[in-house]
Amino acid sequence: MIPFHYARANDVADAVRMISADPAAKFIAGGTNLVDLMKENVERPSRLIDISRLPLDTIEPTADGGLRIGALVPNSDLAYHPLVEQRYPLLASAILAGASAQLRNMASTGGNLLQRTRCAYFYDTVTPCNKREPGSGCSAIGGINRIHAILGTSENCIATHPSDMCVALAALDARVRVTGPAGERAMAFDDFHRLPGDTPQTDTNLLPDEIVTAIELPALGFADNYSYLKIRDRLSYAFALVSIAAALELEGGAIKQARLALGGVAHKPWRNTAAEAALRGQRADQASFSRAADILLRDAKGYEHNAFKIELARRGIIRTLTQAAQATPQSQYDKKIR
Amino acid sequence: MTSYIGTATSRVDGRAKVTGEARYAGEFKAIRLAHAAVVESAIPKGRISRIDTGAARRVAGVLDVLTHENRPRMADTDKAWKDDVAPEDGSPFRPLYDDRIMFSGQPIALVLGEDWETARYAASLVDIQYDKQDFVTDLRQQHDQAFVVEKPDKPHGDADKAFAAASVRHEAEYYIPTEHHNPMELFASTVVWDGGGKLTVYDKTQGVQNVQRYLCSVFDKAPDDLRVISPYVGGAFGAGLRPQYQVVLATLGALALRRSVRLVLTRQQMYGLGYRPATIERLALGASANGTLDALTHEAIAVTSQFEEFSRNDTGWAALLYKSTNANYVHKLARLDLPTSSDMRAPGAATGVYALECAMDELAIALKLDPVELRLRCYSDRDQNEDLPYTSKALRECYRQGAEAFGWKARKAEPRSMRDGSDLVGWGMATGVWEALQMPMAVRIVLGANGHAEVFCAASDIGTGTYTIMAQVAADALGLPIDNITIRLGDSTLPQAPVEGGSWMAASTAHAIAATAEEIRGELLALAKRIKDSPLADARPEDVALADGRLVSKLDASRAISIADAMRSGAIERIEKEKTNTFAEDKKHARNTHSAVFAEVKVDEQLGVIRVTRVVSAVAAGRILNAKTAHSQIMGSVVWGIGMALHEETVFDHRFGRIMNANIAEYHVPVNADVHDIKVIFVDEPDDLVNPMGIKGLGEIGIVGVAAAIANAVYHATGKRIRDLPITLDKVMR
Repeated sequence: MIPFHYARANDVADAVRMISADPAAKFIAGGTNLVDLMKENVERPSRLIDISRLPLDTIEPTADGGLRIGALVPNSDLAYHPLVEQRYPLLASAILAGASAQLRNMASTGGNLLQRTRCAYFYDTVTPCNKREPGSGCSAIGGINRIHAILGTSENCIATHPSDMCVALAALDARVRVTGPAGERAMAFDDFHRLPGDTPQTDTNLLPDEIVTAIELPALGFADNYSYLKIRDRLSYAFALVSIAAALELEGGAIKQARLALGGVAHKPWRNTAAEAALRGQRADQASFSRAADILLRDAKGYEHNAFKIELARRGIIRTLTQAAQATPQSQYDKKIR
Repeated sequence: MTSYIGTATSRVDGRAKVTGEARYAGEFKAIRLAHAAVVESAIPKGRISRIDTGAARRVAGVLDVLTHENRPRMADTDKAWKDDVAPEDGSPFRPLYDDRIMFSGQPIALVLGEDWETARYAASLVDIQYDKQDFVTDLRQQHDQAFVVEKPDKPHGDADKAFAAASVRHEAEYYIPTEHHNPMELFASTVVWDGGGKLTVYDKTQGVQNVQRYLCSVFDKAPDDLRVISPYVGGAFGAGLRPQYQVVLATLGALALRRSVRLVLTRQQMYGLGYRPATIERLALGASANGTLDALTHEAIAVTSQFEEFSRNDTGWAALLYKSTNANYVHKLARLDLPTSSDMRAPGAATGVYALECAMDELAIALKLDPVELRLRCYSDRDQNEDLPYTSKALRECYRQGAEAFGWKARKAEPRSMRDGSDLVGWGMATGVWEALQMPMAVRIVLGANGHAEVFCAASDIGTGTYTIMAQVAADALGLPIDNITIRLGDSTLPQAPVEGGSWMAASTAHAIAATAEEIRGELLALAKRIKDSPLADARPEDVALADGRLVSKLDASRAISIADAMRSGAIERIEKEKTNTFAEDKKHARNTHSAVFAEVKVDEQLGVIRVTRVVSAVAAGRILNAKTAHSQIMGSVVWGIGMALHEETVFDHRFGRIMNANIAEYHVPVNADVHDIKVIFVDEPDDLVNPMGIKGLGEIGIVGVAAAIANAVYHATGKRIRDLPITLDKVMR
């Protein structure tokens, strides 16, 4: 670990001032990913600005019937919050599918959005990696790429975003509130994370001098028909090969509204509005689910070790939509797939 | 009198371990302790053309940076670097010896600092230039260059010809990837500078005396000047049999600084140590229609390094289990630019029997026979290699009791014929086999007049329960409550012991304790006889026993003298005896442990997700000393077998010659969610031929066969035969 300075921010404005003054500084909250990366010399911040004591740790209903989640709410508090369990069980389920109880206790909501890829080459400073060292090349292309992306890749990077929570937030149409020197702004969740393109070193559209302050959920929570299915190489404590967040609003046997987001397949939580549109007004059956999966995966591209993910994602989408339609969401405790 | 042997005695060291009182190698303290960090090679092969330590040295708090250019003197012959368990052939690895790079992750510099953070930071500033050379780390690429190594197994007949003529044949190749031990405790050494060139080395090891001899040899130290201590080990599984490089480097650091040094490897650096070698296994089985074997060929190609020839017996196990008219065995090694492979729980058997037992399953299917029935038809009451009977072999009983506990008879033979909702259900089984070994070792017992005894031995307890079973045996042999027994282990100055491995520790320690306790009893009797009107005046040594703190006549229980009275008669406070066990030489019997493993898997039909929902392991391993620690041993082995079947694989990028999952987030082992119902059965196996107490050892047998039972269950569930481990969901979906 490289030596660094440590400073504590007193309030959000203070945090913004401090990060603006030192472009090589980083915020630290739970540190569950940042500290690992610092030990590996992948992240080399000049300064850690400790934001863990800022008053951003509350969960409150909003005027429009939604929920505002402070950026410093620990993942475990969020998953077990009564309002989240009742109104946004998809979010609770996705969080509990991730990491371990110990990590969820430490990890913050904002930090979860900002976690970095688990690509082995990103972690190994000996090997080329465009995300870690722009222009050095992508070792995962032509290398070990079992956990890598099948959608939205570029010739520069095929890394995935590792979050479970973000997949649910994408499906739920969350908004991200951020504060910078110019004041506050809000981003649609889909606009928060980026595709790798020519700049895989930049994971998000958060500006270097901005801080995430809250996540806002709209009123519609899909509490009746939802499921989060995470498929991985062991039954717990592993990153997703493919994960699927599905949410449906049903009227009779027909789909009034559908949401579908995938994790483990792209540089960001993957949503495809065309696939969702194709479900709207259809019967909640295998045929409709299969059509939606085909649309979502139309442009999917596999690499040497991860081509199986395309078929796995297709079957997983159908399964998860079926679980959602039947109101038998995947349990995160009993690992039998429903 | 209470007998402790055989009972479910809780670990005598349990409290020390859960309270943190038990100290491990990296936790011992010393005055002016310096901390070390290792710089590793980024390339797998070549030479160091330039190494610049200037920037590292300029960091405040850095004490020194050692490289091959400035290190203290070390031995310069292969012989001096050979530890007790080094492979016979080859040139052992010498850390920081010269400019040669032989594997990625090789230590090439050691930074010594006032604290760990400083040393680790400075290590990142060491600048190395390499002359790179071509390398190979892929077994499949080196397959054709493999060379044959001699093994104890004995081919007989003409297996190729018999195979060609056999009415039912099965031939296939199986693959086991490289696996790493991943013990919970990191490899660490704390070398304490005692002054005057004397060193006390706290090391994570399975053999303190092996490390002591090795360090004395490498650093040209007199035996009295270097002591190695390792009271507790947080798992090792074979990784700690040979001295690992951190103990050399920590010693080197202490000699350079003339002060105490601690070196704790990082988890990532532990992937630069030994490993279970990737192995390609080929089985060719030819059978008669009635299910007897006419031809059995087993070939194995395993990985070793460029500089040593490590190999274990993959191919000889079939000859212990199955009769075959003709048999052929070939064991080969392929050299790769990697560290030398090493022992890892049931070395050779975990891999070789995996392939054998999958092949037997495939043959049973070809013969349309129940897999258990095929094994019974081929069952061998003699070791086919040596043509010897066994001291005992209750394997038939393992099959019977295991099958009954599992409910095997309800199995439908057809693959994909059993279901549970969206899951396909599969039932598979396999056989396990290992050796029942015993080694010479000594213990010293000091018995006090107060009825407390201390038992001393250099042996290690690597977490298996050695402290506990030794206390049980000593309590019974001395006729004392177990709370009156203290066991002292893991110190090179204590009576000699071999490394803890090979499942030989239980039998070896138990007999050494029994032999020494007999000496104690003899001396007590001599003292007792001196008492005026002694009730034991005429007693012969073989007619007295120690029980309830007294020496008692076996012929007349009313004739007894307490330990305290006997010692008082001689005006002594304590009796001290040291004795080495002896085992009668027996070349007329084969000595093995056996098991039958039954596994149930549930596989999601669409997604290929596998759950191992039940495992029954029925083990025949002679007398079980402690029902509780024995159960834990087998249960832990079964969990590891689940990992071997479904999860474990060290992933290499052969373009870089590097391991890409060198951490336990990405190197998968089972987590709680992967472990369901595990039932362990110990089959009664009285055996007075293997040794007087009938002990065979349990360290290894539990893992052998587990991966095969699971692979066979996956086939039964899905109809897909997956021969390359690990069995991941994409292979099932394919």
